[in-house]
Amino acid sequence: MDRPRRTMLFIPGNNPSMLQNAGILGADSVILDLEDAVSITEKDSARILVKNAIEALDFYGTEIVVRINPLSSDFGIKDIEEIALVEPDALMVTKATEEDVRKACELLTKIEEKEGFIPKSIKLFPLIETAYGLENVKEIIKASDRVIGILLGAEDLTADLEIRRTAEGKEIFYARSKIAVTCKACKIDAIDTPFTDINDGEGFIKDINTAKSLGMTGKAAINPRQIDTIHEIFAPSKEEIRYAKDVIKAMEEAQSQGKGVFSLNGKMVDAPIITRAENVLKKARLAGLV
Amino acid sequence: MKNILGREIPEYIQGYGAVKPFKGAYKSLGNVQKKSVKLHSAAPTQEKVLGSIKEALEKCNIKDGATISFHHHLRNGDYVLNMVLEEIYKMGIKDLKIAVSSVFPIHEPLVDYMRNGMVTGIYANYISGPVAEAISRGELRSPAIMHTHGGRARAIESGDIEIDIAFIAAPTCDTYGNINGVDGKSACGALGYAVPDAQYAEKTIALTDNLVPYPACPIEISQEYTDYVVQVDSIGDIKGIVSGTTMITKDPVGLKIAKMTSQLIGASGLIRDGFSFQTGAGGTSLAVAAYVKEWMQRNNIKGSFASGGITGYIVKMFEEGLFETLFDVQCFDLQAVESYRNNKKHQGMSASMYGNPHNKGAVVNNLDVMILGATEIDLDFNVNVTTGSSGVIMGGSGGHSDTAAGAKLAIVVTQLIKGRLSIVVDRVTTVTTPGETIDVVVTERGIAVNPLRKDLIEKLEKTDLPLMSIEELKNMAEKMTGVPEKIELDDKIVAVVEYRDGTVIDVVRKIRE
Repeated sequence: MDRPRRTMLFIPGNNPSMLQNAGILGADSVILDLEDAVSITEKDSARILVKNAIEALDFYGTEIVVRINPLSSDFGIKDIEEIALVEPDALMVTKATEEDVRKACELLTKIEEKEGFIPKSIKLFPLIETAYGLENVKEIIKASDRVIGILLGAEDLTADLEIRRTAEGKEIFYARSKIAVTCKACKIDAIDTPFTDINDGEGFIKDINTAKSLGMTGKAAINPRQIDTIHEIFAPSKEEIRYAKDVIKAMEEAQSQGKGVFSLNGKMVDAPIITRAENVLKKARLAGLV
Repeated sequence: MKNILGREIPEYIQGYGAVKPFKGAYKSLGNVQKKSVKLHSAAPTQEKVLGSIKEALEKCNIKDGATISFHHHLRNGDYVLNMVLEEIYKMGIKDLKIAVSSVFPIHEPLVDYMRNGMVTGIYANYISGPVAEAISRGELRSPAIMHTHGGRARAIESGDIEIDIAFIAAPTCDTYGNINGVDGKSACGALGYAVPDAQYAEKTIALTDNLVPYPACPIEISQEYTDYVVQVDSIGDIKGIVSGTTMITKDPVGLKIAKMTSQLIGASGLIRDGFSFQTGAGGTSLAVAAYVKEWMQRNNIKGSFASGGITGYIVKMFEEGLFETLFDVQCFDLQAVESYRNNKKHQGMSASMYGNPHNKGAVVNNLDVMILGATEIDLDFNVNVTTGSSGVIMGGSGGHSDTAAGAKLAIVVTQLIKGRLSIVVDRVTTVTTPGETIDVVVTERGIAVNPLRKDLIEKLEKTDLPLMSIEELKNMAEKMTGVPEKIELDDKIVAVVEYRDGTVIDVVRKIRE
């Protein structure tokens, strides 16, 4: 976790004015989309537009991820060949399998060598949106050390499972849990599926809280107006930050006195509590809260 | 000659006269003189209601070369100006000067009257649509004279504009000439811009589509100023007069600008009990109001007043107790009209009380924070809201210069790039509002504070708002847009832009076709 990735905002790759403003909307990452947002007749022009946007525009430090077309289609390979030349932070592999991730990785290695880019500088972000992908998520992550996170795509996943997608989201409980745990085990980010009903503010807040409670580390957004809410919920609360600071302070005092075990407010502090406190402070620092 | 802003202006302009150059926003304050008003006193038995506009024009003895005035509360729904000019045209009158507070697209018939010589001069605070384009092409014989809302009141009171006949579009009028805007089918609310016209014109004619028995209360413009009353079928189209509901923008860039602006206002320390505020009816301006509202509620702030053209959104803040009072010169929507009708603390104000620099203190002087727009802003913070980047007139100051001069914190909010052009430029096409009265510009990509406001810079440096110089803003925009070629304009002057004190701040030149 070298940068905050609380929000990943989808930007249609065929919309110049939205691309122009992608970097100022406050998202930690933007996903410039060449796949679902772009109709089949516009695939080439969107690719050219996104490539030029990355080259010409300032994204003010926002992470740039480009969602490419499936590698099984004619467009996917072309997307990698063209977009890699302008060195986005990462490529998002749709309906990812181990094979796709390996293929993308090999292609990137060749391009990086040829262009003299730093090896492995372009990362990969597999999108898990099939039952196969979900059951093989660990293998998909392990297929390349370029993988820095997983995005759950619940709409396609539930379609693949032939189950109904609801606002409540019980049907993706397993998918969220599995992805959250696997990503944690592999020390990468687990990004939750976007909430698609812009006008259901209450449902949106519940959905973010559910994802967070299961261990997802961030959430995709389909509208800039969703960003602030996601950040607020994913940021450590003031109480959490204060407690974490107290823990670290108590630990430092204990260390200076040569004590191995110590207590805070009458409760024993052990290693998991210290790790948690360190994680809270790290997140708070990344979010600019401390 | 050049005025102190470096704008090239002749010493004498044909059809305007000798030029008093702009010398600084506050240089003209001091002793002033109001004009005396000629009028015909009414005998006790005199009736005021006449049968037609024609009869009223004849009674007022309209002549070639006369100056007649109108106000714009009916905005793009106004029928009165067109109706009156049609009658005058039939009478064969020539060389009229039209003093209308604002011109809208509905006033297109003016273009023909300009071409045939019936109308040879226009005074206005804001001009849009076909009339603006015709003036820009040089189709008006004398240069149009563009005022500010407060400056127009000043010009009328001082005699810079001598109105022979003022026409008041009266949503309600009684048989003896008492007028209000809160009742009747064309109710448009406050009538503030019409007040100086009624008070200082030699003759005042009320046109109404709601003639009621004497006396009509409340009284906004009183019988002491009204010579004649004419009943007409309709003074305007209600759909053009008021918009249904004014809406907060959903555009993420506009919202970002609004949010940053509210943080800036918060950091300025001005949002405290007794806070006063004005904003326009545009989507981004209203979004600023929404964020300011949140801030006030969160910190339990009770404001003093909000002013200006009033919108439903501001009315809601007022009704929720965030402001003690509203000062209203013109209602922008039906909620504002309704509130103005029903709530005594929703206080009307005349154009002079609103912004005239040469009275004993205008409401703008009491403003803490003003939210303004811009078509262009330059490296000296001069703002253009008069002409577009092609040089064509597309607006005017309205209250822009007045509120900027009065408010403690005048904030320009704008997207950095519009229509593939940078809004920040080396030199604005036309100066409407001088940079010395603009404190800060907020764009989605950065905030530039006027270097004159060192105190504000110090406060904002303690925040994480993206502060930069205005040059940096310009460079950032031009990196994306490139530098546009300079537009070539003709030498002929088609409009004279007067600052609120009557000095000439800039001129508008004829466009090349």
